[in-house]
Amino acid sequence: MMLEVTNLAKSYGDVPAIADLTFGVAAQEFVCIVGPSGCGKTTLLKCLSGLLEPSRGTAVLDGTTVDGPPETLALVFQEYSRSLLPWKTVLDNVLLPLRAKGLDKAEQRRLAMESLAEVGLADFTHAYPWQLSGGMQQRVAIARALAYQPKVLLMDEPFASVDAQTRAELEDLILKVRRHFGITVVLVTHDIDEAVYLADRVVVLTKRPTKVAEVIDIDLPDDRDQVTTRESPEFAHLRGQVARLIVGAQPGDADTTNVGVAS
Amino acid sequence: MRQRLSNLALELWLPVALVVGWWLLSDTSTSTYFPSLRTIMATFVDTWMFTRFGSDVIPSMARFAYGLGIALVIGITIGTVLGLVPTLRRAFDPILDFFRALPKPALLPLAIVVFGVGDGMKIFIIAFGTVWPILLNTTDGVRGVDPMLHDMARVFGLTRWQRLWQIILPAASPQMFVGIRLSLSIGLILMVVSEMVASTNGLGFFVLLSQQTFAIPQMWAGILLLGIIGYAVNLVFLMVERRVLRWHIGRRAAASGDDHQPTAKPKGRLRRARVVTALSSVFRTNA
Repeated sequence: MMLEVTNLAKSYGDVPAIADLTFGVAAQEFVCIVGPSGCGKTTLLKCLSGLLEPSRGTAVLDGTTVDGPPETLALVFQEYSRSLLPWKTVLDNVLLPLRAKGLDKAEQRRLAMESLAEVGLADFTHAYPWQLSGGMQQRVAIARALAYQPKVLLMDEPFASVDAQTRAELEDLILKVRRHFGITVVLVTHDIDEAVYLADRVVVLTKRPTKVAEVIDIDLPDDRDQVTTRESPEFAHLRGQVARLIVGAQPGDADTTNVGVAS
Repeated sequence: MRQRLSNLALELWLPVALVVGWWLLSDTSTSTYFPSLRTIMATFVDTWMFTRFGSDVIPSMARFAYGLGIALVIGITIGTVLGLVPTLRRAFDPILDFFRALPKPALLPLAIVVFGVGDGMKIFIIAFGTVWPILLNTTDGVRGVDPMLHDMARVFGLTRWQRLWQIILPAASPQMFVGIRLSLSIGLILMVVSEMVASTNGLGFFVLLSQQTFAIPQMWAGILLLGIIGYAVNLVFLMVERRVLRWHIGRRAAASGDDHQPTAKPKGRLRRARVVTALSSVFRTNA
């Protein structure tokens, strides 16, 4: 297993956010994590990326327990406009994390240019992020993460702030990137269609305090297509399966989790 | 080009009209205190080109530059530390508020006692007066850095040094510039005042001496030069700001556009476009 989450829990004071999570992600696997809104997805991501210390349990990345941001992991934030540096050009944004890694100049540049070419921005290296469209900015963020050469790419609702068409483009881009780089991807989203379209497996979470509701294998063919994949009966079936779990976990529904909410 | 010329005309007609009006109305003046602009300009040229330039203008500007330079280094350094360490900031807050509120010329007698009447005293007063806006705005700017940028820096393993120079200081720079702009006008005031109180040269000294020796046209010429210096300092500041904060200005403009279209073109064309924007911004710097 590339990433192994075991009995992970996180509380803020007395308020439990994550009750108990256990799941694994194999090397080169694409796993999407979906859950009802406010289910502690961000908390989970922060625990996985070493930004937050879990209250209980562990996350083990490539054999090492996460106790700070691991060098083998890169994160793509939801809000590209806040995570990119507006005072740096596209190229310098991608280069910045590489400078800390102690690679020589030529190698840094090669990696940065390669990643920018991969996301289709080779001609925009000297532009500033704010001169680009939202979709292009998120491509820069993806290129920055790729150039960092992570084993695991963590993505926090990466396509939530772009329009539908750009979103479809970016989804296909990330599938292509993952094939080319043989990278492990963990993507958190609230969009059920997106999760089913992208993933090898979907981890469905319950509402707070969060547990794993179910892990669903997505046995669609590897070559996904925005039109044919999405219109296939298998897709519709899997989508329904995930949706039922999410809807069942919405607040107000008779649910099995032991929430201490006064009703 | 046409647009730019008409903009220029729109901004310049009133100042030009005022100067011409002053010139015409004062030309027949026989008043000792309000000499004609013609006389003032003749004195201006005689005085500043170049007999007293080296003896009064240069020392004044040097004191201003040294004082401001010291204030920039101290203000940005301490401001950054206080912005990064909340406990320290809370301890220093009352002291900072006290010194910020203290009218700076009140320290002149003390400065004369400690530093004498030389350059040291004036540089101290200018530095002490200008450090507060820079320091407080730097602290605010550093505090206001988006937490997401701190997260990003941690995830990508940036070193402390990188975080400071590549993220925190650039992110705080727009706020710093607000403070620096305030400091410039305070610094000029303190330069003049400190030279009026105790000095043997400098512009403040010259203006006061001219008044005391009834060299009224010289006094006017000094006031005029101080006004021009103040204006020029602001102009230089705006040009530096436009260059350093080009990203900030550009981003704000991009964000206020109703629908966010990409404005960048592939390489070559982009660079030319930037030169044009830079040029046109130079023409618009006298806001």
